This record gives sequence, structure tokens and C-alpha cells, in this order.
Amino acid sequence: MAAKPENKIIVVGGGLSGLMATLKICEGGGKVDLFSYCPVKRSHSLCAQGGINACMDTKGEHDSIYEHFDDTVYGGDFLADQIAVKGMVEAAPKLIKMFDRMGVPFTRTAEGVLDLRNFGGQKNKRTCFAGSTTGQQLLYALDEQVRRWEVKGKVQKYEFWEFIKAIKNKDGVVRGIVAQNMNSNEIVSFPADVVILATGGPGQVFGRCTASTICNGSAVTAVYKQGAHIGNPEFIQIHPTAVPGSDKNRLMSEACRGEGGRVWVYKDGKPWYFLEEMYPAYGNLVPRDVASRAIYKVCVHMGLGINGENRVYLDLSHIPADYLERKLGGILEMYSEFVGQDPRKVPMEIFPSVHYSMGGIWVDRLHHTNIPGLMASGECDYQYHGANRLGANSLLSAAYSGTVSGPEALRWARSGELGAPLTQEELDAAQRECLEEFDNIRKMDGEENAHRLHQELGEIMYKYVSIERENKGLDQCLKELKQILKRWDNIGVTDHGNWANQEAMFVRQLRNMILYAMVITKAARMRDESRGAHAKIKLDEAGNRMTDADGELVFMGRDDEHFMRTTIVDYDPNTEEPQISYMEFDHSLIKPRARNYAVAKKE
Amino acid sequence: MADKMVRFIIERQDGPDEKPYTQEFDVPYRPGLNVVASLMEIQKNPVTVDGKRVAPVVWECNCLEKVCGACMMVINGMARQACCALIDELKQPIKLQPARTFPVIRDLLIDRSVMFESLKKIQGWVEIDGTWEVKDAPIQNPYTAATAYEISHCMTCGCCLEACPNVGPQSDFIGPAPTVQAYLFNLHPLGKFDAPKRLNALMEKGGITSCGNSQNCVEVCPKNIKLTTYLAQLNRDVNKQALKNIFNK
Repeated sequence: MAAKPENKIIVVGGGLSGLMATLKICEGGGKVDLFSYCPVKRSHSLCAQGGINACMDTKGEHDSIYEHFDDTVYGGDFLADQIAVKGMVEAAPKLIKMFDRMGVPFTRTAEGVLDLRNFGGQKNKRTCFAGSTTGQQLLYALDEQVRRWEVKGKVQKYEFWEFIKAIKNKDGVVRGIVAQNMNSNEIVSFPADVVILATGGPGQVFGRCTASTICNGSAVTAVYKQGAHIGNPEFIQIHPTAVPGSDKNRLMSEACRGEGGRVWVYKDGKPWYFLEEMYPAYGNLVPRDVASRAIYKVCVHMGLGINGENRVYLDLSHIPADYLERKLGGILEMYSEFVGQDPRKVPMEIFPSVHYSMGGIWVDRLHHTNIPGLMASGECDYQYHGANRLGANSLLSAAYSGTVSGPEALRWARSGELGAPLTQEELDAAQRECLEEFDNIRKMDGEENAHRLHQELGEIMYKYVSIERENKGLDQCLKELKQILKRWDNIGVTDHGNWANQEAMFVRQLRNMILYAMVITKAARMRDESRGAHAKIKLDEAGNRMTDADGELVFMGRDDEHFMRTTIVDYDPNTEEPQISYMEFDHSLIKPRARNYAVAKKE
Repeated sequence: MADKMVRFIIERQDGPDEKPYTQEFDVPYRPGLNVVASLMEIQKNPVTVDGKRVAPVVWECNCLEKVCGACMMVINGMARQACCALIDELKQPIKLQPARTFPVIRDLLIDRSVMFESLKKIQGWVEIDGTWEVKDAPIQNPYTAATAYEISHCMTCGCCLEACPNVGPQSDFIGPAPTVQAYLFNLHPLGKFDAPKRLNALMEKGGITSCGNSQNCVEVCPKNIKLTTYLAQLNRDVNKQALKNIFNK
């Protein structure tokens, strides 16, 4: 190597965060090798519908960045690093202007400025939106800008390549990755100065969820096995109104309830509007977690779901069709298209679904993981949302984290303690190890079908680690997950070939999904409180679920004294079991106060 | 389990240079079933109607909400997204084929990288100075922005290329989707500064003159983008630009 090498940075993942980081690196004079499962334009960021929060204060409501800050911290039940959140909300309005200049077709007011809408958990209009496809439009804008840098020769895209693992040098610094071409199946080692993972959430661990099929969290598990801390993985957001499907659960926006939708099931042959009866003050407009728990109770504990299945009606049919068209047109079209029924005439059938992971790879405020040379940004990291994410903050955190991780990666590449570059032997050894693993998978000829095992994994996770959690169930869950892990060894593949072998690649991902399921479950087991999306039922001494005088389940309260700490999960290579510890974080700016919807409800 | 079954006839191909062949599969019917969900069912039990255990069918999908564009294939002769192709609305047996306008990688998996290359040709981006703060973005006419919003739904799925008789080995036409993207960027208050570049690019080989106005594209666009309207508008813009080029020489 005679010429001085340019700073080369590997970005894995081409969603909003990965693309934003890529742009920043190119602008700073670096070069990017961009790896993605799919053409980056098809990344999961495009599924975000509602909008992106930023204090634009253009609606005469005296909105302030401080209020955005407070709403985010409060919504996250005081588990988010407040300094990090502050950075994000301060940058938000600038990011919106950047997207506007890039050509995002934001919805506009009559005078041509960006319109803002209301969103859950926020008092002021603060959500910028492009119709009902905000994520798609933001992703496309970054995709276009990255293409521009690609033409200039600063970005080399590796689309249809799967990240398998990071490669460390002898000092333990990450200096490259091993990846696999998903078409030719060739496995290659790539050297780099620093690696950013922007690989998205782990929704597929739950089987069916609102995420894309590519959101399996496999890359996160891969680096967890290499020593990366996982932060707050037990916090999984459940959305109350999704259309259950055998292929995926499709989100029905909260706007359906907002515009007058009523939730009901048949009881004794008559419609029972259970949310209105259980929560007379708020009715159908109770917060996400309350609605999810009520629907779950009616279906699972009372057995009143439609046709005995886990679903209830979300009814808009009493609302005039022209009003519905104006307010919810796009959403209703999607329902008609996928279900084949017209929600203007018949009630929709919905059930809560896993939606978003607040937790992920632990990072510092500059998005370094605990492994030098390895960074993480976007939904795959744990930053910004604490115990629960505010609606329309996900696009913001994705884009913002890229503006932090990108420039910091370049700084690290230029002046960090990189140590020696990988030797050819080290690159070859890593490649060989992954090749052997893949060859072994291709030879598997046991009894289990990987896709059916995945379905079972999802069912187990929904049963024990979704809406209602309790320690006995979580213990049982861990036991069952270990059995699933054992059964993985007995998988048989029908495709033994070495060309676009999706089955073998899925088998490799599945093992990582099972390990991540154990991470979520163990973290949930150890957190003996309810906070944000994590709601735990109290057990009596006999191990039975406690109920109050009205027969209602008794949940644990928030325990700031013991659990206002970040959960840290580490991998034990000997047992493959997750090891739990807790880390202090900065909550010095806003004093914790109760986030108790039950109390607010009575007011 | 005296369930109703849905019969699929799937055109398979083991690799780019291999010969295509068909296999038939039965999938248990249930209400709301779509083509992607059926292919997932086949993954769980990859056995043909003749009882032969085979490699599961290979295809591409991501979002399953008709926004990512990945799962485009030819279903009963028509190019469309598989995720929203409901079994109840399809004639059975259901025939699945790869969109052969594009090179086949394996089974229903195709290589659409040519579309992303075309987006480079038409310079499909706004030339911003950088991602840093400059000043307020310009105000936009909300009606123009609404048109931009419509065109910006294009998910590069390739249905329109598959349906277009002028896209194929006989022509260099880059196809309706990438062409119409030029119109999108020419609408933007900053993007329009580079409109002449994009229009000149469309005068070149494979540009808008290769459009034969067969109107197939607008019929198949899953996003209902008025492709032919914008192609016609672009055609006028390109002609105007050509005249300008002559007079400004």
C-alpha cells in the first residue's frame, strides 16, 4: 500500500440513520462502503407514516424546544439520557429545513409553509408530515442525496449484502466486517477505519409485528456476541390498533380512534364498547398502553375476541363517509386493499402488535458502543426514547443520530486510537470462520423447519413478554427459549445450494433472533417495576397473579430508587445466557415525576 | 382440516443462466390470504402437489404494506406487488412468474439495479450545498407540492417497466418511472435550477423519445401516479429545451 489510504468507513444499513451518517461522512471528506440487505431505497424507515417532531412553532401555540424536550423525557418515563435527548430536540427544526431543501414534499398550509399536526403525548402541534407517508418521503430524500455522492465516487453501495460479524484487530478495535452477498452467497472480509451499524429494530423476534421482514435484529445480536452491551432491551412498544395478518400486522394509525372510532366486541350477543365502559372519562381515547392492555384482557382473559380469536372491532362505520374520506382516506384504502373489506361499511378487526424497540445497542452520546471502532445509530441503538417512545420521534431520532454518528466516525477514523489495520491473515481467518458456519448450515438435515420454529419463537414471545409480563411467565419463557435454541440445532434445510440460498441465511438469522429473545426476556425478568412500555403484574406468595377488590390485575409501580438505571446486557460465551447489570445515566435536567395515566384519568 | 386449498403454479429458475421450469403448490386457504403470505406458507412446508420436497421459492419482500416496492412479480399475467394481491380477488390456479423485463437471479427474485442507475442518469436529486443549516427553505406553492407528493410515491418497483412495450432488449428506453422522476425534481423551487440538465439527459438515447405512448404504465402503477400525464408534460418541456438549445447556440 504505497498511497496514503483515504478514510474508509463502513456503514451497515441504509435506512434514515445510515444514509444520514453516510452523507455527513462524504461531506467531511470520507469514503463510505454502504452495506444493506436491500436496495437502500426499500429500507424500513419508509413504513413510518405519521410524521416527524420538531418545534417549528408556526401555529401560534408558543411551542418551545423545552416542551418537546419535556414531552420526550416524560413520555419515556424518565429512562432516557436527558443530555442526549436535549441535543436531539434542539437539532430537530434544523433537520426539517434540511429535508425541505432536499425536496421532501411536506404537506403545506395555504400560504406554502410546512403544516403541523397534533400527535399523541404532546400538547402542541409539532409534527411535520408528508401526507401519511412521511418516512417514505424522508428516506427518498436521503437516498437521492446519497446517490449524488455515489456518482461522485465517494459511496460504494453493497446492496443485497448481509452483515455477519465485525472483525477486531489484536488490540480489540473493530477494523472491518465480514459480509455475505445474498445472491451469489460469497462471503467476504472488508477492512475499514471504523464501522457504524444502523441496522434497525428487532421486530421479527416477535414473529408478526408492524416491522418489515428484514427487521430481525440479527446484526445487533452478532455484535452482542462479540462483546457489545445491549441497553434497555426490555422496552418494546406495543401499538394497540394493528390489523393482524399471517404475514405481518399492519398498523392502523391512532388517528382512527382520534376521529371517533369505537372499539368493541360482542358480549351476550350485544356490542360491548369496553373501553368506554372501563374508562368513562377517556373512552376510546385512552393512551396506547392502556388500550392495549384492555384489548388483551377482553380477548385473552375473557375470551370475547371475535370468533374466539385475538381481535376486536375498531368501528368507523357510524361516521359519515365523506368525513372519513377527508380525514382518514389513505389509511382506509390500505385496510380495504389488504383485508378486502370496506371500513366505511363494516368494522375493522384489530389487535395490539409489537411496534418499536426503544432498547438496542448501548452507545455513548457520540454513538460509540463499548467496543472501540464500533458505532451504532438509529433504532438499533438504545438512545433517546427511554422506556417508551413518543409518536413521531422515531424518524427524528433516526435522522438525528446519523448526524452525530457520521461526523464522529470520521473524527475517530482520523484521530482515534485505531491500532493496527487488519492483517491479511486476520481478514482471511474471519472470512473462513463465517464460511464454515454457512457451509455447516447448508448441510443441516434435522427434522425442524426454520420458518415454523420462527413462528413458535414469536408465539412464545407474545405469550410471555408482550403486554402483560410477570416473573413466573418470564422464567417459563426463558426455559422455553432455551429449548427453542436447542431445537435450532436440529433444523433441516431443503436448499443445500450456494446461490441465493435465502433459507440458509434465514437459519443463521434465526439463531441470532432466539438469542435476542433471551436478552429481552432476561432484562424484563430482572426489572421488577412497571415503567413505560414494560408493565409487570404483581404475584402473591403462591406465585399467582394479584388482583384488587374489583378483580383487576395489580401492576407493580415505578421504582425510581432501584430501577432508574439503564439495563445493560452482556453475552456470556460459555452459557450463551444474557448477563444483566445496571448503569447510571444523566437525568439531571428534568426531575422525575409520576407518569400515571390512571391518576390523570380520574382528573 | 378439510380445508380449502389454493393452487399455485410457480415459474422457477435455479440461476440466471438456468432454464425455467414450473412447480405447483397447494396452500391452505384462509380469509385475507395474499400472495406473500402464501409464499411464506410454502417456506414452512416446501412440498409440491406431487409430494416432492423442494427448495423453498425465492423472492424479495420487505414492508408488506405496498410502500417498499420489493415484492413486484407477475401474478396471473400482470405485474404487481405480491403483498397486496389478495387470493380472494385472483383467478385460481394462481400463476406466479418473475418480471422478465429484468434479469432473473433465482425464481421470482430479479435484478432491478438498472432502475437505480437510470435515476443517476436523470440526476434525480436537488443540488443542495450541504446538509448544514443555510437559511429557511423557500416557500412552496401547496398545489405544486401536492403534485410532487403524488410523484414522490414512486417506489421503483418496476411494474411500469414490465408493462411497457418499449422497455426491453429492442430499445434503450429507461422506462416511465425514472423518466417521470425528472419531472419531480424540476418542480422543486431549488431543483428546477438544474431542469435543463435533466431535460437534456432525457434527449439522449433511452430518453423520452423512446416512449411510444402505449399508456400501459399508468394502468399498472400500484401508486396510481398519472405517469402518462407527466410524460406528456415532460415531452413538451424537452421540446422547449431543444428549441432553446438551438437558439442559444
